Amino acid sequence: MNLYLLAPEISLCALALVVILLDLFIGRKWILGAVSIAGLIVPAAFTIALWGTNETSFNGMLVVDQFSLFFNLFFLVSTALVLLSSTEYASKFAAFRGEYYALVLLAAMGMMLMASTRELISIYIALELTGISLYALTGFLKDPKSSEAGLKYLLLGAVASAVLLYGMALVFGLTGTTHLEGIKAAISAEGLLASPALLMGIVLLVAGFGFKIATVPFQMWVPDVYEGAPTPITAYLSVASKAAGFAVILRVFYEALGPVSLDWSIIFAVLAAITMTLGNVVAIWQTNIKRMLGYSSIAQAGYLMIGLATVSALEPGAIGSSGPSALVFFLACYALTNLGAFIAIIAISNKIDSDEISDYSGMARRAPLLSLALALCLISLIGIPPTAGFMAKIYIFSAAVDYGLIWLVIVAVINTVISAYYYLRVIRVMFLGAPLSEERVPSSGALRAALSFACLGVLVLGIYPWVLLRIAEAAVRMFP
Amino acid sequence: MEMGIAIAFWVLAAVIIGAALAVVLGRNIFRAALFLVLCFFTIAGIFVILSADFLAGVQVLIYVGAIGVLIIFAIMLTRETQRGSPSGRLRLPALIAGLLFLATMVFVIVSTDWQIVAEIPTEPTTSGIAQALFSKEEGFVLPFEIAAALLLAAIIGAIVLVREK
Repeated sequence: MNLYLLAPEISLCALALVVILLDLFIGRKWILGAVSIAGLIVPAAFTIALWGTNETSFNGMLVVDQFSLFFNLFFLVSTALVLLSSTEYASKFAAFRGEYYALVLLAAMGMMLMASTRELISIYIALELTGISLYALTGFLKDPKSSEAGLKYLLLGAVASAVLLYGMALVFGLTGTTHLEGIKAAISAEGLLASPALLMGIVLLVAGFGFKIATVPFQMWVPDVYEGAPTPITAYLSVASKAAGFAVILRVFYEALGPVSLDWSIIFAVLAAITMTLGNVVAIWQTNIKRMLGYSSIAQAGYLMIGLATVSALEPGAIGSSGPSALVFFLACYALTNLGAFIAIIAISNKIDSDEISDYSGMARRAPLLSLALALCLISLIGIPPTAGFMAKIYIFSAAVDYGLIWLVIVAVINTVISAYYYLRVIRVMFLGAPLSEERVPSSGALRAALSFACLGVLVLGIYPWVLLRIAEAAVRMFP
Repeated sequence: MEMGIAIAFWVLAAVIIGAALAVVLGRNIFRAALFLVLCFFTIAGIFVILSADFLAGVQVLIYVGAIGVLIIFAIMLTRETQRGSPSGRLRLPALIAGLLFLATMVFVIVSTDWQIVAEIPTEPTTSGIAQALFSKEEGFVLPFEIAAALLLAAIIGAIVLVREK
């Protein structure tokens, strides 16, 4: 049992404990935020030090490979950005800032474990660790909207967990093991390919994990939860929690259920088309920017799921790597873009205390840089060059074309055109609308640092994506 | 022996389904909670039939003891429980969806070749479960440790959510 392989997660857990303990003794609470952000360097350093290893520990339950290490870094960077954007917002919580930071860190630990475990029970418990931290964080504001959001998220999350466990139980009952490798071996060895219980298990697993990535039909929680939750947590949900869901889906479906890939790839393809269309069409009618970005994130999950559907129909069981690598690349681009958009919204709403799109009127004159950054991120969400969103869409669409999913690409392109309407509307309101007041909208240094990092990332990935693409290809290489 | 187990199973199964239906259909939420406790208790009986003695004990301790008491306390601390659950417009769609799911599950379970254990194990399972959890070769130590972090997160979350605003 090699504990060193677990070092990133252990150090992150220790960091959460340190923050809680410091909270008892320290009067100046801003230090807690600084400690949480600076402390993330330790798990990040362990992750980088482990780079290149390909080992398992805890009897094959924990796996450290390029895939899990890539996602470790992904979660650490997005957690750092979320914490940076929380420092000013967290003053609303007065004495409970320590708990807020600790829960964010524990959620990050759960996400890292979701990407690094290879065994159904560990995956489930890691998923619940993330889930429970996020339920509490969603209701953190304790105002009626936030409490309603927390309760809705908890109830639907519990239903989704039950569905997921039902699916896991069927797969376990059929294969007799919870280890992903063992499941794969049992499926190919015992000729379970056409077993109805396995099919039912797959459907239930898709539904259960679908809650995490907010795909149809488990997308109902998104708009209310995104609107009610503290805005940094909304950003966290839309980026890190979603990415953790995709990581775990890639792990489970490619590693354990690879032999029956034709069965589930068609489910993902159909769900992708429905999800992106529903997200984009409903987003048009939204007047609250957090709700709009909620529906937009449902639509983005639809684009991301194209990467899950890229399975060759010609050779049964053959799974290409171009789909997963495009998916991982898309996730990174989407994370920077969406975090950037949310950080800009946090900065603006800290001042004007409203999330209505109409209140953003003339924002370009009150906060020129913030408006420019938000516009850049929205353009990237549409997928217009020279932004990261453009490159991400190009790669995921071309992967789909390679695997004969042309109908899905056509649906996605039509959706992209629809989405341009509501993203551009926000930009129009900000730049062409009359300002509601002449008061400037200042922002804190932490927010500006986080926002410039995200925007720089969006531009760099839009112009020079090759380095990240190569890392994404390396990350999914261990999938057969 | 075989016959006795079969009779016990069908009796317990009938009680479980009846109690579960009473939980869902009853208007009085306090009675629903009591039927839920009955449902949990009879499920412990199923575990006994399956020779899963440890699980049966845990089922009684946690579900009947802890969760049942928790639910009843929550009802006692809530006002306006007398009116019961309001009847929603979604009753019929929910019934149809539930029946469809039931039919699918029954079809799946009946039409699958399950691996069936030759004989019922008679030894106590507690030490076997302990082995499965903590042994160095094949133990589930990792999920056990993650569960510790999970409990920590749950406790912090509970403290945060009941704080005075």
